[in-house]
Amino acid sequence: MDFTDSPVEAAFRVEIKEWLSENLKGEFAELGGRGGPADEHGWDIRIAWEKLLGKDRWLGLTWPIEYGGRNASFSEQIIFSEEYALANAPARVSFFGEGLFAPTLLAYGTDEQKRRFLPKIQSVEELWCQGYSEPDAGSDLANVQTKGVRDGDQWIVNGQKVWTTLAHRAQWCFCITRTEPDSQGHRGLSYLLIPMDQPGVEVRPLVQITGTAEFNEVFFTDARTDTANVLGEVGDGWKVAMATLGFERGTAFLSQQLAFVRELEEIITLAQSNGAATNPIIRAELADSYVGVQIMKYNGLRMLTSLVKSGVLGPEASIGKLYWSSWHRTLGERAMRVMGTAAILIDSAPGVPSSDEHGSGSRAYDLNELQRIFMFSRSETIYAGSSEIQRNIIGERVLGLPREPK
Amino acid sequence: MNFAFTEEQDQLREAVRRFMETKSDEKEVRRLMETTEGYDSALWAQMANELGLQSLHIPEEYGGQGFTFIELGIVLEEMGRALLCSPYFSTVGLAVNAILNAGSADQKAALLPGIAAGETIATLAFTEPNGRWDADGITMEAKGSGDSVTLDGTKMYVIDGHIANTVVVVARQAGTTGEAGIGFYVVDGDAAGLTRTPLATMDQTRKQAKLEFSGVKATALGDSSNGWAALSKTLDQAAVCLANEMVGGAQMVLDMSVEYAKVRVQFGRPIGSFQAIKHKCADMLLEVESAKSAAYYAAWAAAEDNDELPVVASLAKAYCSDAYFHATAENIQIHGGIGFTWEHPAHLYFKRAKSSEILLGDATYHRELLAQRIGI
Repeated sequence: MDFTDSPVEAAFRVEIKEWLSENLKGEFAELGGRGGPADEHGWDIRIAWEKLLGKDRWLGLTWPIEYGGRNASFSEQIIFSEEYALANAPARVSFFGEGLFAPTLLAYGTDEQKRRFLPKIQSVEELWCQGYSEPDAGSDLANVQTKGVRDGDQWIVNGQKVWTTLAHRAQWCFCITRTEPDSQGHRGLSYLLIPMDQPGVEVRPLVQITGTAEFNEVFFTDARTDTANVLGEVGDGWKVAMATLGFERGTAFLSQQLAFVRELEEIITLAQSNGAATNPIIRAELADSYVGVQIMKYNGLRMLTSLVKSGVLGPEASIGKLYWSSWHRTLGERAMRVMGTAAILIDSAPGVPSSDEHGSGSRAYDLNELQRIFMFSRSETIYAGSSEIQRNIIGERVLGLPREPK
Repeated sequence: MNFAFTEEQDQLREAVRRFMETKSDEKEVRRLMETTEGYDSALWAQMANELGLQSLHIPEEYGGQGFTFIELGIVLEEMGRALLCSPYFSTVGLAVNAILNAGSADQKAALLPGIAAGETIATLAFTEPNGRWDADGITMEAKGSGDSVTLDGTKMYVIDGHIANTVVVVARQAGTTGEAGIGFYVVDGDAAGLTRTPLATMDQTRKQAKLEFSGVKATALGDSSNGWAALSKTLDQAAVCLANEMVGGAQMVLDMSVEYAKVRVQFGRPIGSFQAIKHKCADMLLEVESAKSAAYYAAWAAAEDNDELPVVASLAKAYCSDAYFHATAENIQIHGGIGFTWEHPAHLYFKRAKSSEILLGDATYHRELLAQRIGI
């Protein structure tokens, strides 16, 4: 065990520290770390900032050098995340492209596909969204019904996706599509890459309990994509889709944990200023949240170390999603108790949010940051595999318990 | 950055696990828990002679091997897994650390080699009938200084106090309160004026005693006028040790639960195929793995002796206490009726978890301590 930097790591830390102090200025610095992969606060500034990151290859940190990356080690990724959070730099906008699609592309894509898509992710010219869930394919994801039919050198796609984060911002969608007629379950699916800017794609905002609409419904009506835009083999899309979920459940925790630390600090500061911190029950709850967020880091570091050593994720990896989403939901509830009576009111004019606009700009039903955590965290124990699905996975794949009889 | 054990550390774990599996199986645990002494003196000697367990983290200059809290944590985890009945935690987890933190070089040289060799059993007599784990709980007063100190009063909940050859006693100078005037004093187990009474413990695998001092002659350990910092550090180190011991037991009951859920059939299918049971096991795994992460990280901080120790010691004690107890409680529930019988080992872990949770301050106590330590 060693939690200190090696000379190479220390040099890397200096490099990112210096880059951040040179570049994180003006409107970028003013924005702070607010927002998230599904929060559009300060969107245009964050896009401009992301382009700066891409230009100097901080976006694509882990990609091979030949594809414009830095081939960074896990330790270097951790250092980058730490310094990024310490500097309070803007929340990243390229999570779906850089965080989910790119690792999948690197694992399953052809050289041609990598050279086509990676540079545009890095230059922030193309953002991605994830076409997985459907009205009848939530936890039972293998039940997707969106159909792809071959027409010459193109696929024609028809169907509906839902809970599609930032679909209205994205240029591309990686989409699980049923390409074998009458196939069922995991078989007959393909991982299609579909351009969003075409007549056959309609994006409708889905207003959530937060009053904002980061999620969408996406309707495909004779939408088209070239046959070259299949990742992996035709009919083998389930495997590719699961690899993406592995990335979602695996390594994305790093910057998130540091954002959570910041949220907890904000809540503690409020508790100290409004007197809640003198209540022994609140004190115990805040201490418990601190325990939880620190262990989130320790769990992550153990997982990454075992991944580097053995090349396979250990059981501690599978608990990550269940752990952080439950912790964050509890934090939101505790934040409301710390706010006290003030939590009853929201800081906007009376009214209901309209359903025809996106984002969290000026509008009715504007929550403050703690109220937002309280509300938004309810989605986190549902998306990317609900807590119940996570417990099934842990029970069956990690502990080897028998599956439910069909 | 590297959060994993070395190959040598993995080998140490393997060796200790094999040793515990043959020397501390359930039958032996049950035999020893029914005795008053609560340990096997031949095994105590073997632990020192064959594996060098007592000398592990004692510096080489005092007859030890100079390993760290990481290795000590591994050994304690394996002992916790096997529910070893032994004065190891009291001797190595409490007394050795107190002597290292408070004693002068001469005192360390006098006291530690005997412990390292497995000749001496030692303990820390800290808690009193008030059952408190903080500075205000210490009311016993020490009269005199240096080699001519006299102790009067009562110590309670003294782990292995009835068999210890050396007792390190915490007392305060007359007229002091709180953290001022706290000191360590060394007393022989058979000193004149010391009455030792074994206590009936709910967890029969770890024995405790009441120690009544009546004009007992003692020697001050180091600077006995200003020992709070050394005591606080000793308690933090002991909490880290106990946290590591607890995760060993927690993993063991998780293994028992999962194994049983695979073979126990009701309604024509293994109960582990029902989500009600499967999800319990998944939650246990989450907590056991998280407890390990906390305990291992805390062992690293103790090994480094860095500024993080007070915070992570309370963090690990709080989390591991809750996780261990929860795992042992769920283990009984998953086993159903058989898990409620004296014959089944589930209750041995359930009781060890509860006593370990309370020892050195329970999770509520450590969450408040943590709140103070992180400035809430």
